[in-house]
Amino acid sequence: MAARRTSSLIARSLSSSSGAASLLLSLGRNRSRGRSIYRFSTAAAVEKPITPPVQAVYTQHLINGQFVDAASGRTFPAYDPRTEEVIAHVAEGDAEDINRAVAAARKAFDEGPWPKMTPYERSRILLRFADLVEKHNDELAALETWNNGKPYEQSAKSELPMLSRLFHYYAGWADKIHGLTVPGDGNHHVQVLHEPIGVAGQIIPWNFPLIMFAWKVGPALACGNTIVLKTAEQTPLTALYAAKLFHEAGLPPGVLNVVSGYGPTAGAALASHMDVDKIAFTGSTDTGKIVLELAARSNLKPVTLELGGKSPFIVCEDADVDKAVELAHFALFFNQGQCCCAGSRTYVHELVYDEFIEKAKARAKRRVVGDPFKQGVEQGPQIDSEQFQKVLRYIRSGIESNATLECGGDRFGSKGYFIQPTVFSNVQDDMLIAQDEIFGPVQSILKFKNLDEVIRRANTSRYGLAAGVFTKNIDTANTLSRALRAGTVWVNCFDVFDAAIPFGGYKMSGIGREKGIYSLNNYLQVKAVVTPLKNPAWL
Amino acid sequence: MAARRISSLLSRSFTSGSVSALFSGGRNSSLGRGISRYNSTTAAATAAEGPIIPSVAVNYTQLLINGQFVDAASGKTFPTYDPRTGEVIAHVAEGDLDDINRAVSAARKAFDEGPWPKMTAYERSRIMLRFADLIDKHNDEIATLETWDNGKPYEQAAKIEVPMVARLFRYYAGWADKIHGLVVPADGQHHVQTLHEPIGVAGQIIPWNFPLLMFAWKVGPALACGNTVVIKTAEQTPLTALYAAKLLHEAGLPEGVLNVISGFGPTAGAALASHMDVDKLAFTGSTDTGKIVLELAARSNLKPVTLELGGKSPFIICEDADIDNAVELAHFALFFNQGQCCCAGSRTYVHERVYDEFVEKAKARAVKRLVGDPFKGGIEQGPQVDSEQFEKILKYIRYGIQSGATLETGGDRFGTKGYYIQPTVFSNVTDEMLIAKDEIFGPVQSILKFKDLDEVIHRANSTRYGLAAGVFTQNIDTANILTRALRAGSVWINCFDIFDAAIPFGGYKMSGIGREKGIYSLNNYLQVKAVVTPLKNPAWL
Repeated sequence: MAARRTSSLIARSLSSSSGAASLLLSLGRNRSRGRSIYRFSTAAAVEKPITPPVQAVYTQHLINGQFVDAASGRTFPAYDPRTEEVIAHVAEGDAEDINRAVAAARKAFDEGPWPKMTPYERSRILLRFADLVEKHNDELAALETWNNGKPYEQSAKSELPMLSRLFHYYAGWADKIHGLTVPGDGNHHVQVLHEPIGVAGQIIPWNFPLIMFAWKVGPALACGNTIVLKTAEQTPLTALYAAKLFHEAGLPPGVLNVVSGYGPTAGAALASHMDVDKIAFTGSTDTGKIVLELAARSNLKPVTLELGGKSPFIVCEDADVDKAVELAHFALFFNQGQCCCAGSRTYVHELVYDEFIEKAKARAKRRVVGDPFKQGVEQGPQIDSEQFQKVLRYIRSGIESNATLECGGDRFGSKGYFIQPTVFSNVQDDMLIAQDEIFGPVQSILKFKNLDEVIRRANTSRYGLAAGVFTKNIDTANTLSRALRAGTVWVNCFDVFDAAIPFGGYKMSGIGREKGIYSLNNYLQVKAVVTPLKNPAWL
Repeated sequence: MAARRISSLLSRSFTSGSVSALFSGGRNSSLGRGISRYNSTTAAATAAEGPIIPSVAVNYTQLLINGQFVDAASGKTFPTYDPRTGEVIAHVAEGDLDDINRAVSAARKAFDEGPWPKMTAYERSRIMLRFADLIDKHNDEIATLETWDNGKPYEQAAKIEVPMVARLFRYYAGWADKIHGLVVPADGQHHVQTLHEPIGVAGQIIPWNFPLLMFAWKVGPALACGNTVVIKTAEQTPLTALYAAKLLHEAGLPEGVLNVISGFGPTAGAALASHMDVDKLAFTGSTDTGKIVLELAARSNLKPVTLELGGKSPFIICEDADIDNAVELAHFALFFNQGQCCCAGSRTYVHERVYDEFVEKAKARAVKRLVGDPFKGGIEQGPQVDSEQFEKILKYIRYGIQSGATLETGGDRFGTKGYYIQPTVFSNVTDEMLIAKDEIFGPVQSILKFKDLDEVIHRANSTRYGLAAGVFTQNIDTANILTRALRAGSVWINCFDIFDAAIPFGGYKMSGIGREKGIYSLNNYLQVKAVVTPLKNPAWL
């Protein structure tokens, strides 16, 4: 089968040799094991859900090294998206809890010990944490899947190892933050110090709770900052667990504070706080605009934003079509379509368009949907009822705007937030499904004729997060790589997320870059220090 | 005299050439022995003399859009004034939304269709180098225009600032062909590169205190990185940027690459900050306006914003400092450019053991400051830029008196015409007084007393600002402690206002976001693009 063949192609295009950690996000690879499992069109959802092999032990805020209730005493429910049932009641933070957490982070920064420790000591704590993540891999993965709905194999074999890999990466940076000495125009000795910025506020989303934790917390701690992290209200559980492990690894109290809660209360309090020196946010573009406004209206804290996308996936006429089908499928459907960089506009050259549609439809129909704890399942439920309803609304919008519904188009089963893998062909640029971020398992396939046209159409978006390019021609690859206004261009691959590769958006997809050497800039202040030179041996 | 001695000390701590002695205003004081002091009876007479007539014609008063000088779409103009007299120099085209739209579409075209980003980096570099040569050639005309419109001493403009514009463009010309991306180690069989791309159309809003230097800080890195520009100048000082932009076109800059709009903040500035086709915004000005600019960017298209804003920079004199040198540099740090510097050393913290001596000498130095027509040789201080600033400073002087600070000298306007203010020194200033908290942006020095290092660190950092700091000590431990503890973007130790091209400048806290000058300035005008492709049978990973 074509799908089986392309699956092995993917595994080859990722590195098979170096273990699960480097196979980041390469979901497709498990599919061949799932032959016996129901397809989305079966009624398997009525089966009893698998009981997760983990308990939700940590549900309070983590402030100043202690688990504490919300100041208000309030809690909110965290749900299992498979069943819509409550997993646990979690402390609900608001302005008062943020104030307590900021005060703890402020103290740990201003008085120490964190920024006054040697970088090597900080590095050792990050390394010990990475080791503890490996030790608790399966519990953390189970908790992640339970709260988020993503396939357990994805959590356990890709995301948790990646969490550990990222902290190993940032631990290595901690003692390699170099300032510069700078040539003066006269008799002066000029140095530039790269200093920690202070208390970092961080607001993370629900689609990759622990990976986003790593992208935010890793560089902030490596650079010597202290943190107040607000998790998404949908997925508060794993960050608390991870933060607990961090303290076990030797993190001093107050350095990392985790507050669960909602955006308009806890999130806004953090973004507006006058004692927070930096804010980093990952989420929707609309919310990102609010976060930046709150920073502007309060103390002008620098803001890093990782926001929405509507990333083009361009399949040229000379592309390996089977491979392109499989990766375009992966680029869109991975993580239930809940990726900011999802390849959600699949542009296919007219000469291969019909073949591509047929194969993309066939691939989607084979997608294995079901209980994410079941082995071989590729797609679990959407995160919550709001997202579930929104995705269904966009599917209706696609139908109403006369795109061709090739497959899917409805919920999957009758319980939980499962949605059928859905493919639209004959999509036009002016349709809502080609313009808005759907954040669900809905692939939109568009036809193009030539490069200049597809460049213009691909760039005609307020977003600019990522792009996929499929071609065998090096000139085509080079032309598209430069012309596409996107922070990441994957050529003959997609969703490669190595620790050293920077990620972030052009245009309204965000400001700044995470991962790689670039991520350090977000958490450093630059201080020029100048002093006169008496009788210098050189200038 | 002490002043003469520290003046020569000062010039030793700078290098001898005029370009590299950037901002060393104090060095001219020994030239000015024969000129009126502000408190002498000759002051009124000086002011009554007719102002020196500037030897330059005002040729460029229209907007510069797409390589052409054009009127505002509305046909409106606004007057630009001579701050020595309050008289009109010229009527300048007043840009608003329509003009910004025209300029952005020219810049958009020059970026999207080229030629600018499609030229080789070397070609861009050559144009910038030719421009720097033209600046040298027209040094005196440009300096004259700068002084006329701004009021700063002509010697400062001609010998320091305009040469520094040429120096900055040569610096950035050198960067143009050295913008390197990275090849990145992967976790698997992938070839990973990062491209450092021009960001697109840059909107830039510059202030009136250093019109041409701010032009260079903004335009230099934007052009070097391959961007196109729409720059809005300050309504107080629209003239020199138009002249410079004309020279850039003479140097071979293609049309549409640099567009200059004169106009006001709430109209032209807001239109630029809100524009959906502007990819980047850089602003230098007050913190309050900076907040608005960032809000407009947030509400429109999330363009990344660089902000260089206000300051209330501490200047810390430790007990072991060379007092005469410290007095002179503290004076320079505050009074330079009529006190109109965002990084002015406007909180002079003096250790209690040397406080009395310092206050006496600081007062004596201020009394000797030469105020007068900025076109006159030896003059250290010209008028403030306009009546609004002039009135604001006088208001803060009254606050200082009312709050019980000791007025050591000055305290009023200088003369009867133009926006001149007497060099003013307050001692016994305490941290809660408005003159110790707010940015005055005028020739008003506030001297505060401190007892020990921990205390002065705490007090120096207790401000919403964090732009710069001065530290005077002979002790390397004290210098190192203060250098790390002060939350400010620049720390000058035993010097102040060193502004070499390679030194980054910018603020902590509410003094701004980002850095200008140096290698850091390039980040403001580059996008980072990761490009990943699978490797077949790689020889190494």
